[in-house]
Amino acid sequence: MAEEQKTVARVRLEWLERGEGRPILFLHPGIGIAPDAPVLDRLASKARVIAPSHPGFGRSEQPKDMTTIDDLAYFYLDLMDELRLEGATLVGISFGGWLAAEIAVKSTSRIARLVLADAVGIKVGARDTRDIADIFAMSEAELAQQAWFNPEAAKRDYKSMAESDLVAIARNREALARYGWQPYMHDPKLKQRLHRIRVPALVLWGEADRIASPDYGRAYAAALPNARFELLPRAGHFPHLEAPDEFAARVLAFEGDHA
Amino acid sequence: MKVFHFTEQAYPEAWDQHQGSLRVVLPNRILDPKIAAERFHRYYDEWLLADELGYDIMVNEHHSTATCMASTVIVTLSVLARETKRARLLVLGYPIAHRPDPLRCAEELSTIDVVSRGRLEMGFVKGVPYEIPVANTNPVFIMERFWEAHDFIIKAMTSHDEPFNWEGQFFQYRHVNIWPRPWQQPHPPVWSTTSSRTNARVLGQKGYVMATLGSGYNTRALYDAYREGWRAAGRTEPAPPDRFAYLALVGIARSEDEARRRAELVAGYPRTSGIVAPHFRNPPGFLSVEDNARLLQGKTPPRSFTKDGRVVNMATASVQELIDAAIMFCGTPDQVYRQIVDFTEHCGGLGNLLMMGQAGHLSHEDTVDSLTLFAKDVMPRLKELKQSAAAAAAAE
Repeated sequence: MAEEQKTVARVRLEWLERGEGRPILFLHPGIGIAPDAPVLDRLASKARVIAPSHPGFGRSEQPKDMTTIDDLAYFYLDLMDELRLEGATLVGISFGGWLAAEIAVKSTSRIARLVLADAVGIKVGARDTRDIADIFAMSEAELAQQAWFNPEAAKRDYKSMAESDLVAIARNREALARYGWQPYMHDPKLKQRLHRIRVPALVLWGEADRIASPDYGRAYAAALPNARFELLPRAGHFPHLEAPDEFAARVLAFEGDHA
Repeated sequence: MKVFHFTEQAYPEAWDQHQGSLRVVLPNRILDPKIAAERFHRYYDEWLLADELGYDIMVNEHHSTATCMASTVIVTLSVLARETKRARLLVLGYPIAHRPDPLRCAEELSTIDVVSRGRLEMGFVKGVPYEIPVANTNPVFIMERFWEAHDFIIKAMTSHDEPFNWEGQFFQYRHVNIWPRPWQQPHPPVWSTTSSRTNARVLGQKGYVMATLGSGYNTRALYDAYREGWRAAGRTEPAPPDRFAYLALVGIARSEDEARRRAELVAGYPRTSGIVAPHFRNPPGFLSVEDNARLLQGKTPPRSFTKDGRVVNMATASVQELIDAAIMFCGTPDQVYRQIVDFTEHCGGLGNLLMMGQAGHLSHEDTVDSLTLFAKDVMPRLKELKQSAAAAAAAE
């Protein structure tokens, strides 16, 4: 069932796919997605989960001319066409949430539902303040404090990791900057385009997220025509990692409400 | 050998007032504009003296830092283009990939070249990593952007018959037609800096002057990579010494003790230059993913070596270690001369000594005395130093 690599829409991707039924296209955050992330199995118990690494992330190829979030969004539209997905649920976390919104404003022809979890991508505050914490201007310890409900859980022992995993981490960081350095983690035009997303949307937010606050999430939900906002307790910017059971339960319940 | 006088135009009054970073986040309320004015005028005076003493001149810029107050090379060059009489004016460097507008760069540099009557040397640089957070240039595309800015500036300086258009990846222009055009034809000489063999080879292919900083006894490997590129471009003569430049600290006086005292003050530069929060030192994409993977494991490749292969950390090295690694030339005029000649032989040829003649807390009086002594007792011998084609060929 699971394949490690797959070429889709002319790009060789690190490919994760498991489960059967309605398709969930799972768009990982900037830190990538591990094949053994429990959230994937929880979702796959009820759906067909497709969770590739984005071009440039993890072990996926980086096409040289793919340089913007728009390029990634059009790539995923091609991917959904090639896989002939119908009635998919698009789930995106953080950077993946931004990407999901950029895809959905362009076309929801293959998308029936949208889940944005702790998504970045829009500008809501004043021009002389950041809506989204500058993760490139903080130490790893500070980042863990801001992004996690339980910062201890973010700790990683790089010295014991395989070289290929370290390269994947370095590629994630580089790719995130490639697509999100400037304007920082947002597209100034996106908010005014969100009205185009008429499919039901769930905006899910870790209540301890200090990278993008719950109020930022509420503004996101308000800009979507058909969205509901839910807080996840005991979770920060990566609720799919800190609260995988609850995260999957909320996504599946939302699917059930809009079957 | 040409000798350039260089100072970073530091504001050392702030050096003990930081919370772990002298760059990017150091609040500018710490800077007293009156002290800054005194320092600027003093540094200009020292460059004017250098012009009179027979030096050439090097200037640079950094941003949001007490280690270097000059935030635009164009202001410094403007002052010096008018006020100096004979010195070559080397900017090393102009971080062209960080500038939003390379057309403006081409206009500024051409104007400097004309006002100085053809004395500009154009050093284009990638810039150190901790310039990225302030410039906000995407570090992932920094080298592509650098070369596009370079190609554009050169084309703007060398197009004279009709305006052209530019529709590149990073820059778009219409009616490019710079006035004034540069004095030097086809354009002022191009320099760059590097610490990587790959880039050194590229610079060799282009035949630009290549400068290295703090590379000590690792310099030869970089110069040899340049020479490979130089040959690969089809040139039959070896790369002449004037293609190579080396930036060194200098502590000089009539007695060795006094030279060591001055050297301790000059060493304030390497000891403060790297005081910057770790997350600003390594922006994403600045290093290769392989290098970043090694960094995650705590492996940092050593950069500076002594002649006998000891690794030297510039930020913590003693003056003696800096001397051993040829990061600093220090002593009486005879000692300094011998150290430079010895290092030139290591390099297989060196045509440009970029001398940090002032740094840190070295006073105006000490700087004037050092510059005067070096000009009188070392520079004439360096100018006469024969670097034969045979030596350069042997280096091949």
